[in-house]
Amino acid sequence: MNQSSQSGRLSLWRAAFVVARRDFTAILFSRAFIFFLLGPLFPIVVLVLASTVGAQVQTSAITADVGVAMQGDDVDAMLAARNDLASHIGPAIPPMVELKRLEPGESFDARAVLEGREGSLAAIVTGTPENPELTAPAGNLARWEGTIAMIAAGASRAEPAAYPHVTTSAVATSGASENRGRLGTAQSGQLMLFLLIMLLASMVLSNLVEEKGNKIIEILAAAIPMDAVFMGKLFAMLAISVFGIAVWGTAGATLLALGGRSLSEFANPGVGWPLFFTLGALYFGMGYLLLGSIFLTIGSMAPTVRDVQTMAMPATMTQVLVFFFASLAVTRTGEWIEYAAIVFPLSSPFAMLARAALDEAIWPHVLALGWQLVCVAVFIKVGAGLFRKKVMKSGPQAVRQRPRGLALIVSMFRNGSDKPA
Amino acid sequence: MLGLYREQMDNATSDTTGLAIEVRGLVKRFDDTLAVDGVDLSVKRGSIYGILGPNGAGKTTTLRMILGIIDPDAGMRRVLGHKDPQDVARLIGYLPEERGLYPAMKAYEAIAFMGALRGLPLAEGRRRGRELLENHDLGHAADRQIRQLSKGMAQIVQLLGTLVHDPELVILDEPFSGLDAINQGKLEVLIRSLADKGTTVIFSTHVIAHAERLCEGIAIIAGGKVPFAGRVDDARDRIPAQVRLETSASEGPWKAALPQETRRVGQFWYFPLPETGIEPLLRALIDGNAGIQSLSIERAGLHDAFVAIAGEAAAADLVTRPLSEVA
Repeated sequence: MNQSSQSGRLSLWRAAFVVARRDFTAILFSRAFIFFLLGPLFPIVVLVLASTVGAQVQTSAITADVGVAMQGDDVDAMLAARNDLASHIGPAIPPMVELKRLEPGESFDARAVLEGREGSLAAIVTGTPENPELTAPAGNLARWEGTIAMIAAGASRAEPAAYPHVTTSAVATSGASENRGRLGTAQSGQLMLFLLIMLLASMVLSNLVEEKGNKIIEILAAAIPMDAVFMGKLFAMLAISVFGIAVWGTAGATLLALGGRSLSEFANPGVGWPLFFTLGALYFGMGYLLLGSIFLTIGSMAPTVRDVQTMAMPATMTQVLVFFFASLAVTRTGEWIEYAAIVFPLSSPFAMLARAALDEAIWPHVLALGWQLVCVAVFIKVGAGLFRKKVMKSGPQAVRQRPRGLALIVSMFRNGSDKPA
Repeated sequence: MLGLYREQMDNATSDTTGLAIEVRGLVKRFDDTLAVDGVDLSVKRGSIYGILGPNGAGKTTTLRMILGIIDPDAGMRRVLGHKDPQDVARLIGYLPEERGLYPAMKAYEAIAFMGALRGLPLAEGRRRGRELLENHDLGHAADRQIRQLSKGMAQIVQLLGTLVHDPELVILDEPFSGLDAINQGKLEVLIRSLADKGTTVIFSTHVIAHAERLCEGIAIIAGGKVPFAGRVDDARDRIPAQVRLETSASEGPWKAALPQETRRVGQFWYFPLPETGIEPLLRALIDGNAGIQSLSIERAGLHDAFVAIAGEAAAADLVTRPLSEVA
């Protein structure tokens, strides 16, 4: 060991560990961490409430009865035929209500009743079962014409219909359903990955603001490489995220098991479930580090928490765009758009997880993970360099040249604390 | 692990110059502002060295370049015998001008964390943290969070964090600001004790009294330049001693013997001590019947020297710099 390594600053990894250890324990033992763990419960509760209320609203909103106005026996026959048909076909058969039992020769103005907009009537059947007459808005005519014909056929005394019992025999899957199922697994995996990364990667936006606000950043910069500060912060948040996911995953799996649900309801992914989960974890890590390193850089340029909060929305929208891009690629396997999604670093984890669901090959994942790792290293290096250059200086800054690209974002966050020393 | 750490520290540096810091022609420009313009410094090992300058003179930027936080645009720096300050980062303790600690950390943990950044094992840092706090009358605050401490106490905690890893070189940026008079006195004692142990201490300040009491050497920075670097006495000598004369006669031929720069304040006459000494002047005053009531020679203080040197440099800077750099 030479002199420099003995007395020089800590190695990159050791320094990153010192920072990560501090951040990890600070977050884990903070009171706010319990809210972090409970966080996913809130959207679930909102989702359940929304779906319950929505379902009730939908049920009441779309209840549409078909009224019957015929002579007494015909009304009974129509209602009986409707119920018989509904028992075989189900909710596709609209509810049918008795409007009026007509005396022989009595007429009924169905159009006037419908235009009166009373009750929940969507259509009215008059005439006889042998010669039914349907009155309804144009859209409903096309929709129910066939159904009313079937009911009328069942009610007709001339030739009563009989519906034979159908014996059913189920098979596990078919070629078409296997492909469709894998696509579903791919999309579900992508969605889960997106939700987790969106929830967690955005948290690093404000990660360096504490150090800048507390002026600790100068102590860190004097002692250890700035790359190590970035890496330490990213890996601490990654560890916190993994901790959270482990808790949520265990809770979710327990709930699914209690509810009698299992993975067998999903189609087997191409690489098999164990490897799919392993790759999912790896791609989560990579996706998190890739997006996180960019967010950390952007956040590090922001002088105040308020600026970070302002940046949260465009950052989230960027993630959504990346997700849409990767989602589109799933439907275009083998085309250039899929390869573009795989090569573009930010969408690569999403695209590759989908590929793991759709395809058996493993070697592309080795390549992709290597590529993503290189990109993470580059992003951290560039981010730390920008931070050193733009923030860790003591002289006043002013915009001297036309900003371009990332420099434009950087220029938005000129460090307000800069002043001549 | 601790044994290895100590061994590494003992074997870490050796240079033959006897200088802890040697800086030549450091230049740093921020966009179109020239913050540091050719700074030269030489700081002896084991000495206490002051960097004096008005606000915005370039003190902090110079210190940041010495520490390797930022790189100079031009010039050479050698810290503890190494060209790259990062090669000796574990031997340096640094207290920045703008203090900062994690508010939720306990005091002894904060000290241990700062030690860990300089390679000190965490457990040893915690032990030393408690010990340092005890030794500085803050043992009762060891388990309190930083946010629960007063500003002065937090500042002492950060200072102890700067020293926890037994650095060879301690750089303190405006260490006295924010401290009350009692703690300023304690800090002076601490700085002297560090130097007694052989630690090199460099601190920046714009309060001259601290430098006058503590420093063997000083550098005055003004407008990014160093118009003076050397011993405190040499700085004082830049300004000639002042003679204060009180006479019973207000007029007479003796007045012709007074130097041209003489000014009168009340019943006293003030003028610089002539280069020929006081005796010829004294004889002329007696021969001219001045009626000498009192005569004393007052040596210039560092404050006067600083004001004169920094003022001259600032004035020269205004004349020579392009307007864009002065603004």
